[in-house]
Formats: sequence, structure tokens, C-alpha cells
Amino acid sequence: MSEVREVISSGNDLAARAAVDAGCTFFAGYPLTPSSEVMHTVSDLLPAIGGTAIQMEDEIAGVAAAIGAGMSGVRSLTATSGPGMSLKAENLGLAQMAEVPVVVVNVMRGGPSTGLPTRVAQGDVAQAKNPSHGDYKSITLCAGTLAECYTETVRAFNLADRFMQPVIVLLDETLGHMHGKAILPTVEEVKAGIVPRKTFDGPAEEYKPYGVAQDEPAVLNPMFTGYRYNFTGLHHDADGFPTEEIETCRKLIDRLFAKVDEHKDEIELNEEYMLDDADILIIGYGSASLAIKEAVNELREAGIKAGLFRPITLWPSPEERLYELGQKFDKVLSVELNQGQYLEEIQRCMGRRDIQKLVKTNGRPFSPADIIEKVKEVF
Amino acid sequence: MAFNYDEYLRTNKMPTLWCWGCGDGVILKAFVRAIDKLGIKKDDLCVVSGIGCSGRFGSYLDANTVHTTHGRTIAFATGIKLANPDKTVVCVAGDGDALAIGGNHTIHGCRRNIDLTLILINNFIYGLTNSQTSPTTPQGFWTVSQKVGNIDPTFNGCKLAEAAGASFVAREKVTEPKKLEKVIREAIAHKGFSFVEALSNCHINLGRKNKMANAMENLDWIDSITMPKKKWEALSDEEKENYLPTGILKQDIEAREYCESYKMVQDAHQGKRGKITQDDFKKKI
Repeated sequence: MSEVREVISSGNDLAARAAVDAGCTFFAGYPLTPSSEVMHTVSDLLPAIGGTAIQMEDEIAGVAAAIGAGMSGVRSLTATSGPGMSLKAENLGLAQMAEVPVVVVNVMRGGPSTGLPTRVAQGDVAQAKNPSHGDYKSITLCAGTLAECYTETVRAFNLADRFMQPVIVLLDETLGHMHGKAILPTVEEVKAGIVPRKTFDGPAEEYKPYGVAQDEPAVLNPMFTGYRYNFTGLHHDADGFPTEEIETCRKLIDRLFAKVDEHKDEIELNEEYMLDDADILIIGYGSASLAIKEAVNELREAGIKAGLFRPITLWPSPEERLYELGQKFDKVLSVELNQGQYLEEIQRCMGRRDIQKLVKTNGRPFSPADIIEKVKEVF
Repeated sequence: MAFNYDEYLRTNKMPTLWCWGCGDGVILKAFVRAIDKLGIKKDDLCVVSGIGCSGRFGSYLDANTVHTTHGRTIAFATGIKLANPDKTVVCVAGDGDALAIGGNHTIHGCRRNIDLTLILINNFIYGLTNSQTSPTTPQGFWTVSQKVGNIDPTFNGCKLAEAAGASFVAREKVTEPKKLEKVIREAIAHKGFSFVEALSNCHINLGRKNKMANAMENLDWIDSITMPKKKWEALSDEEKENYLPTGILKQDIEAREYCESYKMVQDAHQGKRGKITQDDFKKKI
């Protein structure tokens, strides 16, 4: 086993530290409960290493400046919560279309609208699939432990550069504000694992930033390095110049899907807990999974064989694995701090509608007792 | 020898989508001459534009070019500039772009006094989308969204920029291409936020329904509402309201530039200096 370190911190602080350790040198954002501590930490760490952290005039400017820095070639971060995600959506669409890597940490709180600013929810899961209008394939990771607030943020930066698009990291108020012990990989290991974005080093006149294989992301060299090209949110040709040519438009959107769909194995990550001999399958993610695990342990002590399937990459969803599990288990319970946003995806992947659900949208976390009671009631 | 514009243009992407006789081309050429005179390398130049006819400005330039979302040029450019403080970053936006949907970023770009140049192409209308009222459309003008005449008070972008803290503010017009080139040149050379309002014609979507259906009539109208700053200053307060002054309206070379201020933050965090206090700034409140 590789070397580890033990730290005591909060989820928001760990996400910020992960960004810096993963090579992020730029942050732009706007204060928003319960995510602001991410900005607080990077505001200390980034200038200390010659990087930049700026508080912008609004959420839109926060993500725009972060994408701008990402366009210029640096690893870039913004952090927010639901109301901010709604405002950032349009520019995230530009980053999808122009293929600009940027990491967005969304520390979810109760919604809709201003909702419950200081209380927990998982209500932005459906939004994370398509925050902006139009057709594209988003990548969304969801931390389920304090340690994952760190490791998933690191993974997000590497995936953003690999697939040249925004990557959303979902935390929630519980994890963001939870203080506790986390076992983390060493900084050296994180740094050794950094895979920077691909660049083209041939002659500039042969450079076609968007002229790539149909299942690969654009190859965008950093600005100011002698390879001059155009970024646009319009449909564009291999040079990044606007076009409405029919075949080019078709191939562009096909490629935005294929670059993710054809490489799901590089993105998918799940945890399976006590599933091998289980009779009851519980599916949950994020902070809700903390309560589910305890419930699984207690149910087993009472002789009820339950197990947990926890997607860590929420989008793209683990379609094949969910299908297999749907074939294997009769008794399936979905547990979410929303009205069943991911349940719809589970139903789709399993091809089943007889999945039990436990939902909560009053801003309070699940307790293991909630889950145990539900299991005993429905199975 | 004639000036070689081609060296700075993506000629393989032309002709432009701008209408015959549009002033945007005059501004593009003035910009190219300014860049050439300043000796800025194409590799060191980034041009960021928004949405509207002006949004295509950058894409015709052989530079690092970014076509962003509506109104957000300055926000994107702020990220690019802070991550690359030694490079030249220029924003190009229209009147709707910079004064309506993107007004907040204009205000705060000026306030930070970050070393960006904003060329605000003001053609007094939403041209690309067929003649809706813009913040600079004169009252009483026909627009497609106010066919009986516009009632909305007009925005004076230069006054806004001055009040918000831009350290360089200038206005010029496409009927004076040499002067336009000069103010763009001085704006880019100026360290701090430079706001240049370039008055341009849109005879197609402003002029056609407002009794100036060809480019020359529209340009004559622009000349009729403008006056060099010196001459304008001699007018009575009442008369001043009827003209827009042209030339450099403000230049403060002492104002602290934002990237330099941020360097203080970096130095403080790196132990190279103490904490930042009010004494580090000229203004105390």
C-alpha cells in the first residue's frame, strides 16, 4: 500500500487543498454558503505559491474568469452552491462547447431558489447532468467521505485535462462543513499522478485544435505559445472558427458525446460495500452513504443482509453495473436527499420501475434509523 | 508602401459577416495599425469579444482570440490577464454587450483598474438581432421593440467608466480613423483599465428606419452629435447635453493597477512584505 497521511479538516478545506496539490494555480468565485470556505482556503494558499485567487463581482464573473484562465492554459477552479450553479450554467455551456477544462465544486444546500442555505441536500444532481442548455455530456463526481472531498477534487482536475471540459465535484453541506479525520494520499503521490492536458508541438501551420479523432477531446495548446486559434461557443471548424457547415456541426456534437462515452472506463468509479452476499441492495451516494453504511452494519447485526452500491462518478452513470445489479437483486432501495433525481437514472439503467425509495428534502441528513426503518417496512 | 493588414488578419476566414459599409471594419483596421505601431507580437496578444456583430471582431484577427458569452468579455479577460499579467489583453464589446447584459462586469472591471483595454463599439442599436433598443439608442428613435419611438433614457458609457474608476477613458468615431487608431494605441499603452467608446454606424438596422438608410447618412449623424473635447468644454451646460465629447476624456497614470496590487497580496503571503494597509493606497476611504 502506498504511503498515506492523516489530517483533520473539513470537506471544503480539503477540496481547496486538493486543488492546489493537483496543480491548480487559479481560482475565481463569489461568496456562497455553504461553499465559501473553499474560497477562504485558496485565498491563502494560491498567492503563497505565486497563483491567483480572486473574488469576482458575481457568480457569472467567477466562472467566466475561471474559464478564461483555463483557456489560457492553467488549472483553474471555482466553487459555489446551487444558486451559483444556476448562474454559472451558461458559461459552463461555453466551456463544454469550446472544450475548456475547469473544475467546479458545488457544495449542495437545500433548494429550490434560496432554499435552505445552511442545510444539506442533494438537489443539484439532476442539474449537474446538464447545467446549461444544449447537447453535451457532463462529468460529475460526488464525494461520499471527507477523504473523497480531497481525492475526488484531485481526480476532477486530471479528468478535466484528459477530456477537455468542465468537471463538477459535488459536495454537500454536511461534508463541506464536517470536521474530522481523513486519510489522504501524500502530496508527492498526488503530484506524481498529475496528467497535464495534451499539447501539439508540430509546426503552427499544421495545428488544428479541434481537428481530432471522433472520440477524442480537442488539443488546446496554452495561449501565448505561438499557436494562435479561436475559442467560440458557436459551432466551429477544426481551427475553432465559427461555421454552420452541416457535416462539421454534426460531427462536433457527436464528438462531444463520443469523447466521454467511448472512455467511460477512465471516468467511472463506484464503491460496493457488503454486496457480495447481500439480499437487499441499497443505492446511495454523497453524505447520505455515511448513514447507509451504518444502517447496513446494524441491519446485518439483526440478521438482515443488506449492502450498498455507491456511485462516486454520478455522470456519466454506471449504466452497465446498475443493469447487472438490477438483474441480481430483487429488493432494491434508493436513498437520496432529494425527491428521487438519481432514482430516475437507476430505473432507466436497470430497466425496472419497482425500486423502493427513501427521500428527504427538509434540510436534515438521514440517520441510520431512517434507513433501517424503511428497509424493515418495505422488504 | 501601403500598410499590410493581412499580416494581422485571418484572411482565409474572410469575407467578414459584417454588412457592406459597416464601421466595424474601420475599427478593426484602426486596431491592427495600433497593434503594429505598439510593436505587440501576435503571440502576446489576446482579444476577447462577446456577442453581437462586434463579437466576431477577434475571430478575424491572427492572435489568441476568444469569443465568449453575451456581456461577459471583461470577466473572461480578467481571468486571462490575472493568469498572464505580462500579456496584452483587449476586450471588444457592443453597446448591448457591455452596457446592458454585461453592465456589472464593465463597472467592476473599471473599479479594479485591471490592465485591460475595452473597445466598446457603440452603434446605438442591437444590430445583429434586427434593431431592438439598446442602452445607447437615442430617445424617440424607431426600434423594432419600440416602434412608436424609444422612451428609454440613454446611457453615457464614458461617464459610467469614469465614475466607476477606469483610469483611461476615451471616445472616438469611425469617421476619424486616424484619431481612433491613436486613442486605441494610447489605451493599450496605458497601464490600467482603458475604456474606449468607438462610435460606429449601423445604417442597416439603426439607420434604415431612422432616416439615414445609407452609411454616409448614418456617419453624418454621428458627426452631428459629437464634438472634440476642447470645443465641447466651451459649451454651456445646457448645450453640452446635445453632444458627445471625443478624444481622451480621462487619464490617470498614478492609479494603481490591479495585477500590481495582486502582486502585493502574493508578496504578503510569501513573507516578502507585511500586511497591506490603507497606507498602501492613495485614497483613504
